[in-house]
Amino acid sequence: MKTLSRVYNGIIFAFLYAPILVLIIFSFNDSKSRVVWNGFSLRWYEALFQNDEILSALWVTLSIAIVATIVSTIIGTAAAIGIRSVNSKLRRVLLAFNNLPMVNPEIVTGIALMLLFVFIYRTTGLLQPGYFTLLLSHITFCIPYVVLQVMPKLRQLDPHLYEAAVDLGCRPFTAFIRAVLPQIMPGIITGALMAFTMSLDDFVISLFTSGESAQNLSVTIYAMVKRRVTPEINTLSTLMFGAVLIMLILVNVMQIRSAPKDKRRSS
Amino acid sequence: MQTTKEIIKLKDITVSSDGEQVLSGLDLNISDGEFVTLLGPSGCGKTTTLRIIGGFVTPDSGSVFFDGKDMAKLPPYKRPVNTIFQRYALFPHLNVQDNVAFGMRVQGKKKTEIRETVDRMLKLVNLVGFNERRIDTLSGGQQQRVAIARALANNPRVLLLDEPLAALDLKLRKDMQAELKNIQKSLGITFIYVTHDQEEALSMSDTVVVMDAGRIQQIGTPQDIYNEPKNAFVADFIGESNILDGIMHEDYLVEFFGRKFPCLDTGFDKDEPVDVVIRPEDIDIVPANQGHLTGTVTAVTFKGVHFETIVDFKGFKWMIQTTDYYPVDSIIGIVLNPEDIHIMKKSEYSDMFGDYSSYSDEFDELGNPEVDLTEDTAAEVEE
Repeated sequence: MKTLSRVYNGIIFAFLYAPILVLIIFSFNDSKSRVVWNGFSLRWYEALFQNDEILSALWVTLSIAIVATIVSTIIGTAAAIGIRSVNSKLRRVLLAFNNLPMVNPEIVTGIALMLLFVFIYRTTGLLQPGYFTLLLSHITFCIPYVVLQVMPKLRQLDPHLYEAAVDLGCRPFTAFIRAVLPQIMPGIITGALMAFTMSLDDFVISLFTSGESAQNLSVTIYAMVKRRVTPEINTLSTLMFGAVLIMLILVNVMQIRSAPKDKRRSS
Repeated sequence: MQTTKEIIKLKDITVSSDGEQVLSGLDLNISDGEFVTLLGPSGCGKTTTLRIIGGFVTPDSGSVFFDGKDMAKLPPYKRPVNTIFQRYALFPHLNVQDNVAFGMRVQGKKKTEIRETVDRMLKLVNLVGFNERRIDTLSGGQQQRVAIARALANNPRVLLLDEPLAALDLKLRKDMQAELKNIQKSLGITFIYVTHDQEEALSMSDTVVVMDAGRIQQIGTPQDIYNEPKNAFVADFIGESNILDGIMHEDYLVEFFGRKFPCLDTGFDKDEPVDVVIRPEDIDIVPANQGHLTGTVTAVTFKGVHFETIVDFKGFKWMIQTTDYYPVDSIIGIVLNPEDIHIMKKSEYSDMFGDYSSYSDEFDELGNPEVDLTEDTAAEVEE
């Protein structure tokens, strides 16, 4: 029985990770073939970093991920504090609104945003589809994840901490920075990491909201594949997989580290 | 004789929350250097009163004066008062000395001054050498001391204490009571202390303010409050009381249980109906044939210092505290001297308290801080 379950597990992991493993191995292949192994080489990595189309897409992806993370973390944290401070009935409604975009099919969000941007562009001439619309859409879908990570920390927060800081002479904003922020920081960081990962990862929404002028990696790769699949895509996918993997490990380590502390506080 | 300069004045304060009246028309004057206790059951408005002085609650109407100046527009961070919160509210991300230094750093005091004050404060609360300790490594009593040091480091004119000892066990609570009183005396600053523990209030305060249902029931020294309660609520809340219906025939003469007793009270109308208070420890038990009244013992509980004896007098049950043991069903007499009898005007609280017919030890539990605290916590974590 035990062997059976091990075999079963093995098969599952094989199905999950074999394709990625093949992709990673063939990103080091010294030939254009995607079937025959011709020896180890980094030539496709070199080629990748000389491909302007990919490099500019990489820049778009990273810069958007960073800016979207910062903006959505600030807005999301502020939103969480606001949602926390209203009565429980209104809070439930607001949280439902917050969670909706996460369960909504991405294609709906993508098309909706595209229609909105096009409508605004047509009527006012502002928001031409491109870098800025891509950034706005990424900020939009990242915010709910930040809210969801910060809320539990606010729930654990001793409401008197803020009052104590004000009582000791802090103005409201200083009191927030000095007394409240350090307590909810783990939630904010986890939220920021999730936002960053989501932004890096996104394809569907980006496809609809990026214009000709600025495309992120996933959209660029999609366009490249439609023309011709080159091994450069293997290398690029390997790098992206590695980056997302590191992010996820970081998020998990953060959550594990903050967990025992919470237990101690609540006991 | 200390100065009796007025430091805080609350005038006609009214607060309501969710349509419920929390405070109605509250007036309170507090003298500089006084130890004032706001005493009352949970929900009586005592904490709200404290939070109004601290600036955390804005009254619907009425004004708050500090040194004669209206504080209405002054936010909490500008008020010369500091608060000790019920569950301490220490900053968990800072160590002991950074907690104590918090207020001074906000004010931008010099480093040497901060260090000197932190050490002085830690010495004051008996925590020398705890500078670098993390908050979560401290016991409840030690955290309480850090909270006191942190509030006092700001050099407040008035210290507000919101049930600061409620979370400590009995022994530690007694020690901290004495320590707080000493700190207050040695610093000479005003303490406004909120508690529901009548013993705590009596043993620490210069002035006790008894509150119920958003109103002040009585203000006075601990002796006044205990010996001369103004109404049945105060008599019952502070200590144990037998409260009977009586008729005040004339000055110094009251009638109850169909018998006239000499007393020390004056100033009532002729034949005015009154509440008569007799403290259980003031009653002398004598053989049945020598007593003013005779009754039957219905229950006896040993309390260590005395026996709590419930005695039935013509269907009305009294509590008598006596060091002598009288078994159940024995018939005893009691003697009431004029100084044992206290007369109060009738109030809305008449007939609500002071009858021990349904007496059981369980009623005592209602006053326990543990019970109260859990109720409190339950209310706060509603979701």
